[in-house]
Amino acid sequence: MARPLVTWQLFLKASSLQRKRAVLTVAAIAWGTVAILMLLAFGQGLREQLMRGRRGMGENIAVVWPGETSKIWEGLPTGRAIRPRMEDIEYLRHRIPDVRFVGEITSWSTTLSYGRKTITGRVTGTNWEYGDLRNHYPQPGGRFLNPLDEIEKRRVAFVGDAMAKEIFGSENPVGRILQINRAPYLVIGVMQHKLQMGAYGGPDEDHVVVPITTFSAQLGRQRLNNIVFKVDRPGQMVGAIQRFRQVLGKKYRFDPQDKQVLGIWDTVRGARIMDNITIGIRLFLGIVGALTLLVGSVGVANIMYAVVKEKTREIGVQMALGARRGWVTGPIVMQGLVYTLLGGATGLLIAVVLVMLIGLVPTAGNQALEFLGKPTLSWPIAAATAAILGTLGILSGYFPARRAAGINPAETLRYE
Amino acid sequence: MNWPSLRKSNGGPPSSNGRIIEMNNVRKVYDTGKVRVEALRGIDLSVAEGEFVAVVGPSGSGKSTLLNLLGCLDTPTDGRYLLAGDPVADLDRDGLAEIRNRRVGFVFQNFNLLPQLTALENVEMPLLFGGVGGRKRRERARDLLERVGLGDRLEHKPTELSGGQMQRVAVARALAMDPAVILADEPTGNLDTTSGVDVLTLLSELWRQGSTLVVVTHDPALAERAQRVVEIRDGLVVADSRNGSTSH
Repeated sequence: MARPLVTWQLFLKASSLQRKRAVLTVAAIAWGTVAILMLLAFGQGLREQLMRGRRGMGENIAVVWPGETSKIWEGLPTGRAIRPRMEDIEYLRHRIPDVRFVGEITSWSTTLSYGRKTITGRVTGTNWEYGDLRNHYPQPGGRFLNPLDEIEKRRVAFVGDAMAKEIFGSENPVGRILQINRAPYLVIGVMQHKLQMGAYGGPDEDHVVVPITTFSAQLGRQRLNNIVFKVDRPGQMVGAIQRFRQVLGKKYRFDPQDKQVLGIWDTVRGARIMDNITIGIRLFLGIVGALTLLVGSVGVANIMYAVVKEKTREIGVQMALGARRGWVTGPIVMQGLVYTLLGGATGLLIAVVLVMLIGLVPTAGNQALEFLGKPTLSWPIAAATAAILGTLGILSGYFPARRAAGINPAETLRYE
Repeated sequence: MNWPSLRKSNGGPPSSNGRIIEMNNVRKVYDTGKVRVEALRGIDLSVAEGEFVAVVGPSGSGKSTLLNLLGCLDTPTDGRYLLAGDPVADLDRDGLAEIRNRRVGFVFQNFNLLPQLTALENVEMPLLFGGVGGRKRRERARDLLERVGLGDRLEHKPTELSGGQMQRVAVARALAMDPAVILADEPTGNLDTTSGVDVLTLLSELWRQGSTLVVVTHDPALAERAQRVVEIRDGLVVADSRNGSTSH
């Protein structure tokens, strides 16, 4: 039908009078759109960095510390220290086969030397599966510990990337001999850099990992400083923790309900809390952005009110000539929508360019920037912004249009 | 002035029995809550097809209110009003809009042309609202403007036209949908004498071609040309006389 086309023509004629004001309003909407998009993009970037950082330590894992009993159990007193031993890892693997266990023996102030360089650092003796559980991935040209290293008690070492830089400088550490407490270890790999947010003992980039068997033999220690275990899916964690307490409780004779015996850090639970926090942050950013946009569309509504006011007589004339309400309100609603969407499109363009430019800023080495993350635009963000823009656009035209439809032609046509 | 007729002429002054306007005891009360103004206090008025009626009366007598009611710009508080045989009292706003579009042609004192549209587009306006297709609309509007002697002013904006020319555009616009009645509110009030006479002649000519005219006016010259003069005072019809002879 010809109607929409003509409505459009009427709209163009009406809007040409308001050009300057229209430009300002479109700019306001564009600014609002940039604001909401950038805020949401930063929210998204932050969330992605947090998720990566959280995974840095390992996914779906729990970390266990030894402790003391706080409940009387089978006639045994409280205050007994429970210190799992190396062989308990095999014992646990045997009894809880669907959960993966590794043990850790940690030595905090160990002398590490290479050539003339000597430092004091942290060394962790652990099982070869640790690499996978705790996300220790080797840089190209190296490897993590393997089963033979553990069985044959080889003197091999996997070095965190920060520590590698500290000891070896610009040299490639792989293949060099690192003295650990004056015993020579062959460096077999350096850890890939990773963003890590959770840690115990210290960040992974700052320690050396050696086979637990080798380390135990060198230090003469059997007791584990930590046990780490991993489940396949987050939902299995609660059950896994329960069975873990029962199995060790039977062996070491403590109450499985006694939470003091073994301190357990359940990262799955922490992740859930972190998820809720990031949802809250993003919601907050979204609301702030939407409010900025709202200010812009109040401007649009304002223009449209002005248009209606200026054109009251003309609208009255149109009504007298037989314009139905739709004829009067249609162009106004459309104009509001067009201004809003035009501003939105401009804003989107600016935001995309900004995100790209920020993406070019190097963040490696700058921890603040690394953790703030990079703003990331995504389809859900675009969809949400479009939905908000559309709604605001229609509303910013709807209310002025309603006023226009309420015009009484008899009153406006009276000659003054 | 000589032009082809817009509607079928009945040959000379028409004498149709059809009643275009039928008002019985129509009252209009403006109630703002604080003030209650009774603008019309029981109007009985009937206008036959082809009549030329002048409505006269002092300001504040209710002339404009009557015109608004006649033109379906407003609805009566009380009473019965049939326009071309159809009751209009119970229509909603869109219904009234449609009646105005098809049955009524307005001519205003201050022309009320849309300033950003050309003469042609102004005349097209009612056709547009009436759903007349693009080419037909354009042709009809051009025809009408040629008939009012503005065939060479089609693309002029109202600001580029003289007062008399603007009013002739308005008359062409009023005729666009071939309405049952043309309602004019002081059509010569804003015009100099010469232009006023021009427009008067135009209206008389329309009447001779068969149009029904109701004109609210202070202008004695205009009232003189009308077939019938209705005088309103204090919201009531106080006189309804026929001019014995009408001169064209």
